[in-house]
Amino acid sequence: MSNLLFDEPGPRARRRIRLATVAGVLVLLALVALAVRQFAANGQLAAERWQPYATWPMWRYLLGGLWSTALAAVVSAAIAMAGGLALALGRLSRRRAVRLPAAAYVEAVRTIPALLLVYLVLFALPRYGLDLPLFWKLVVPLAVSNAAAFAEIFRAGVMSVERGQGEAALALGLTHGQSMRLVVLPQAARRVLPSIVSQSVGLLKDTSLGFVVSYAELLYSGKVLANYNGLLIQTYIVVALVYLVVNASLSALARSLDRSVAGRGGPRRRIIRVPR
Amino acid sequence: MSALLDHLPEFWQGLVVTLQMTAASFVGAAAVGLVIVAMRVGPVPVLRTVATVYVETLQNLPLLVLLVLAVFGLPEIGLKAGLTTTAIVVIALYEGAYIAEALRSGVNAISSGQGEAARALGLTFGQSLRHVVLPQALRTVVQPIGNIFIALTMNTSLAAAVGVVELTAAANRVNLLEAQPIPIFVGAGLAYAAVAACAGFVTGRLERRLAVAR
Repeated sequence: MSNLLFDEPGPRARRRIRLATVAGVLVLLALVALAVRQFAANGQLAAERWQPYATWPMWRYLLGGLWSTALAAVVSAAIAMAGGLALALGRLSRRRAVRLPAAAYVEAVRTIPALLLVYLVLFALPRYGLDLPLFWKLVVPLAVSNAAAFAEIFRAGVMSVERGQGEAALALGLTHGQSMRLVVLPQAARRVLPSIVSQSVGLLKDTSLGFVVSYAELLYSGKVLANYNGLLIQTYIVVALVYLVVNASLSALARSLDRSVAGRGGPRRRIIRVPR
Repeated sequence: MSALLDHLPEFWQGLVVTLQMTAASFVGAAAVGLVIVAMRVGPVPVLRTVATVYVETLQNLPLLVLLVLAVFGLPEIGLKAGLTTTAIVVIALYEGAYIAEALRSGVNAISSGQGEAARALGLTFGQSLRHVVLPQALRTVVQPIGNIFIALTMNTSLAAAVGVVELTAAANRVNLLEAQPIPIFVGAGLAYAAVAACAGFVTGRLERRLAVAR
């Protein structure tokens, strides 16, 4: 990749690269200086405004929020994956009566914002006598919307398995269900693993909607904390850093899984992530 | 149903705000994405690192965290802007990272002979990117960028959580007045679905029209 757009630099190109490096570093330094100046001019750099974040009770509280985030993410991921698998198999079914509803669900949910689903669960369900506990008010909409995303991942995985595999299984006398379960799905599972992990990062990001539900996950915990101690920007920066560390680790895991899958003769694919 | 029809002006206003935010932040995201991808595939190591860090950071932060940080945090350091403007800028910066990644995968999909030929003709890095590589890269990523556009439309709804009155917030307000959640939220959902369907239709047409016979 690195040599697609430029050759080994000659003397003139090296000079230009040095120039661009200096210019880039200067712009970066200017941005950092500007940020520091804004922080300092508004008294946000004062030690006592950052000191609390070096204390254990603060971190115990924030890690509690992170734990709730993880819990919501794991539970909704489990439900969404089970639902997604069912939807994917439904969409690949030979019966129209199964195929159409599954396709309709996936296509419909893909075009509805998760926040709208959250509002629906928050405000619509209680009117019909279904007032879920806070945890489920966050988990249900996330599971509903992510099931569609997982369904598309699983379907792509099944379709990436060579036709011959399923045909060979049928030729050996396995039923359609057996060939799916014993031959196609195990191969598909290995290929979709990286996409699953990167989708889970997206789901973890979605749990920040707990902010709206007032379920005490990481972001809402940060809001409560900021309202309590008045350290708005500090709290939200710390919260953002926690999200960054957790998600970046998961993304790195997805990449290394992707490399090991590719190494084992898996498909060379382009994963283009969709923002969420 | 009348709950929906009585409040059409509010819904229309919300839809207009959603469309404005979508259009403005998509333009911004495209600009950010182009700059970032140019830095990322370029020969200057420092700029490559900066672009990589930018993409990794923004892809791994929830958009809502960025919105909350910008709307409630930035005024603390003396940066004040309108609510909608702030939301548009944040969404543009966030989606820009995704567009950059889509474009980069398009650039990587181009055969290396194209870049070599451009250099052999004496084009500079910027020229070969502008005249040879990016036009071809864009053609191969019409569909992914269309998907990013649809996701961006959905993501503008998060601005409702920090107080922008766009379609989702408008629906929520009308529901608080009328207490008829099903028709109201389904109506809002249909509006989003319509926007997504239009975007899907346009990208489908674009992709067919721009497809290069190989």
